[in-house]
Amino acid sequence: MTATALSLAGAVRSGERSAREVVQASLDAIAARDGEIHAFNTVTAERALAAADRVDARIAAGEDPGPLAGVPVALKDNLCTRGVATTCSSKILDGWDPPYDATVVSRLAGAGAIVVGKTNLDEFAMGSSTENSAFGPTRNPHDLTRVPGGSSGGSAAAVAAGFVPLSLGSDTGGSIRQPAALCGVVGVKPTYGRVSRYGLVAFASSLDQIGPFAATVADAAACYDAIAGWDRLDSTSITDPLERTSAALGRGVTGLRVGVVAEMTDERMGIAPDVLARTRAAADALASAGATVEEVSVPAAIYGLSAYYLIAPAEASSNLARFDGVRFGLRVDAPTTAEMQRATRTAGFGPEVKRRIMLGTYALSAGYYDAYYGKALKVRRLILRDFEAAYERFDVLLSPTSPTTAFELGTKTNDPLTMYLNDVCTIPSNLVGHPALSVPYGTGSDGLPVGVQVMGPALSESLLFQVAAALEGSLA
Amino acid sequence: MNTTSTSGWETVIGLEVHAELATRTKLFSSARNHFGSEPNTNIDPVSLGLPGSLPVLNRKAVELAIRVGLALHCEIRPSVFARKNYFYPDMPKDFQISQYDQPIDLGGWLELPTGKRIGITRAHLEEDTGKNTHVGGSGRIGGAEYSLIDYNRAGVPLLEIVSEPDIRSADEAKAYVEELRSILVAIGASDGKMEEGSLRVDCNVSVRRPGEPFGTRCEIKNVNSLRSLGRAVEYETRRQIDLIEAGEKIRQETRHWDEQAGRTTAGRSKENSEDYRYFPEPDLVPVVPEAAWIEEIRAALPLLPADRRHRLAAAAGLVHTDQPVIVAVQRGLDGLAIDAIDAGADATRVLTHVEHNLAVDGAELLTGAVLAELVGMEMGGALTATQAKTVLAELVEAARAGAQGDPAAIAKAKGFEAMDDSAIDGAIAEVIAASSDEWERFKVGDAKERGKLTGFFVGRIMKATKGKADGKVVTAKLNALADGG
Repeated sequence: MTATALSLAGAVRSGERSAREVVQASLDAIAARDGEIHAFNTVTAERALAAADRVDARIAAGEDPGPLAGVPVALKDNLCTRGVATTCSSKILDGWDPPYDATVVSRLAGAGAIVVGKTNLDEFAMGSSTENSAFGPTRNPHDLTRVPGGSSGGSAAAVAAGFVPLSLGSDTGGSIRQPAALCGVVGVKPTYGRVSRYGLVAFASSLDQIGPFAATVADAAACYDAIAGWDRLDSTSITDPLERTSAALGRGVTGLRVGVVAEMTDERMGIAPDVLARTRAAADALASAGATVEEVSVPAAIYGLSAYYLIAPAEASSNLARFDGVRFGLRVDAPTTAEMQRATRTAGFGPEVKRRIMLGTYALSAGYYDAYYGKALKVRRLILRDFEAAYERFDVLLSPTSPTTAFELGTKTNDPLTMYLNDVCTIPSNLVGHPALSVPYGTGSDGLPVGVQVMGPALSESLLFQVAAALEGSLA
Repeated sequence: MNTTSTSGWETVIGLEVHAELATRTKLFSSARNHFGSEPNTNIDPVSLGLPGSLPVLNRKAVELAIRVGLALHCEIRPSVFARKNYFYPDMPKDFQISQYDQPIDLGGWLELPTGKRIGITRAHLEEDTGKNTHVGGSGRIGGAEYSLIDYNRAGVPLLEIVSEPDIRSADEAKAYVEELRSILVAIGASDGKMEEGSLRVDCNVSVRRPGEPFGTRCEIKNVNSLRSLGRAVEYETRRQIDLIEAGEKIRQETRHWDEQAGRTTAGRSKENSEDYRYFPEPDLVPVVPEAAWIEEIRAALPLLPADRRHRLAAAAGLVHTDQPVIVAVQRGLDGLAIDAIDAGADATRVLTHVEHNLAVDGAELLTGAVLAELVGMEMGGALTATQAKTVLAELVEAARAGAQGDPAAIAKAKGFEAMDDSAIDGAIAEVIAASSDEWERFKVGDAKERGKLTGFFVGRIMKATKGKADGKVVTAKLNALADGG
């Protein structure tokens, strides 16, 4: 499927193509090639076709089926779907069908989009390669020996493989942007609080944010416009009025001040030379298009990774306590409640999840809280201060998304620290709650996609799409 | 046990009262807050802690917490919810959302009817847990075959009200809880029903020699009634004194009150207490009530029991710690009493009726005017005390039927006509004549002897007058006759 979401919606809305036909084409593409890619945990073919028929019926009745009418979408399998298994790629949620839809799922349905399935991820979104899945890894459609990135690897691969034009992921430390970069698609992490987290199975509540994957910037903007906005079910949801970002795409970058983050374009930080070269090419393209481009230092950003690996596991250790075998999912019976809980969690969680629960439990323990969690919160404030200072001088910031192109499966699984370094450029945006996106910008020396990251201050999504559209245009 | 004298020792008590707030829905979701529903019917994804669900704070619960804070003279502060992490099957998320280092209500006091003030350390909002029922075995978790969990209560808003260690006896502890309950009910914050678990008390008890530093305390749980509270404090006080006098040390621990056995048993030791790994709840934002809202809530507060005692005492010319004043406010009849006093009734007589004759349903429906009229007839000698009591009962009956009765008409219908003096004198003369031995002893008897015989004579005279004579008047006449008046 090479058509964009907007062109498909246009065709469906005008009656040129039926939603059923569009959805069937998506299902056929999945059936043909997902065996080798494994982007999906679940394909909901029957439901999708039934939903397509409802869209077609609305069009036949002269009703407006919404801006994404008939567009097939894939959902990361940590987004709750009423009556459809939501596994988080973990054994511990075995057999659980949520009794409710996540807010983003209802909003996509309201826009006329059609869910075709649930995509693979690193278990509970903990990972950068989608290898930590209880159901086996997802492979990169550009090279099946390579990882798609993670944790939203399935959603990135589903778009990259042309299975769907749009998908949703969640981004806690780069889990949308890094796989987007490695799969050569657009991936967006909105401002914290801009997209409701209701129905997203939490990893680290203060960092998690849902966002879109798409093949084009315009599709990503249209999907963002459909899911963003205040939700009374999420207390951290932002009430500020929403601007239609789609309207900003053609504005160009003339006069915009673009800062290239020094700390994220330093080979000593492990950024590969070919990735750096593409980032500089992107900066040059923006300068040619009329932007002012300068280097900027965001000194505290380098501490982001350390702070993140205290805060995220700490919150995770608490968020994942509820998977105890009592009310839903897996239960491994044992003589006493405590033993049942221990047996269930031992059998149900994979090694990376266990590692982070232990790290987080330790970071919050009496006597260690101030030294670890408390200090990490202070670092978080320092990073925010440095970013705010940078945004006094710059409208947006530019960096690589991921230090390297897609790596081979199995090469980093035994070395968690090296795996964690994948997120060195993406983590700071989560810590400060600012929006950031990854847009494909050519390929590296291995011919695999490279993504560049555009970051902006809170609620600057329109501006980010505007810059991303200019970068996309500069490659055409 | 029960062997040592507690004299020479002082009991030091601090109470933690958990009050379920009278909201329509739960603290963090729109599931119903209702006692007594079928198990697991007042639930939703948030109450069950389902993956992906998020808490949304109930504004009404915050309002009620502010009301309580104001009623307890606390400072209302910006507050932050935290997660208290521990595994227990009745707690759906395996953490409890509670306010930890930044509670909404800080530093206040409560005035007991005795006039003593008990300091309030803090009051904070938190969510309740579900309820386990252990089936098989003893009914406790150990040895049970299986357990059933009802999540109806999970997420019900609680306000934990923590007192300073200012309480010094079992009676004072009971008085504190009673007063707190009256306040909570008066301001509509809680229904205060201990029997339904709406009010639950944890009790910290230690003992010391007066003037010495605080001793090591034990926290007593499972105190489910005022009676249990009193018994538990008395038991625990004796237990601790016995230990200390036997040369042993008190271990800081949580103890369980066993109502049937009448004793506390050791629970988990505080030294090995769980690490709750508190941290700020990232799914909620800080609660920062606007000053205007707080003032609005303050302005709408009703008079509190302590204020009402002061007001009634002023109206009746008594002090606020006098028993009739306390009782009148406890019964909610202080308004009636003040109305009657304002209508010109004798305050002492009004409060006597409230204390002794109006402990009945419907008393609150009487008007002050009617009570004042009755008291007026009584004071003017038209009714005896006994007759007035009968008429009052009729008036309450009428009020319950939705009408205000007419004391004079009721008295007439009952045949209560005041006897004139000569008729009373006649009756007295007849009874004396028929009981001359007793009369002689009465005449020469000391105050004690006379006291005994007064009952004998008054009883006979009342019988002779079919209860129409006023006992006090008769007593006065008997004494006057005996003393040659």
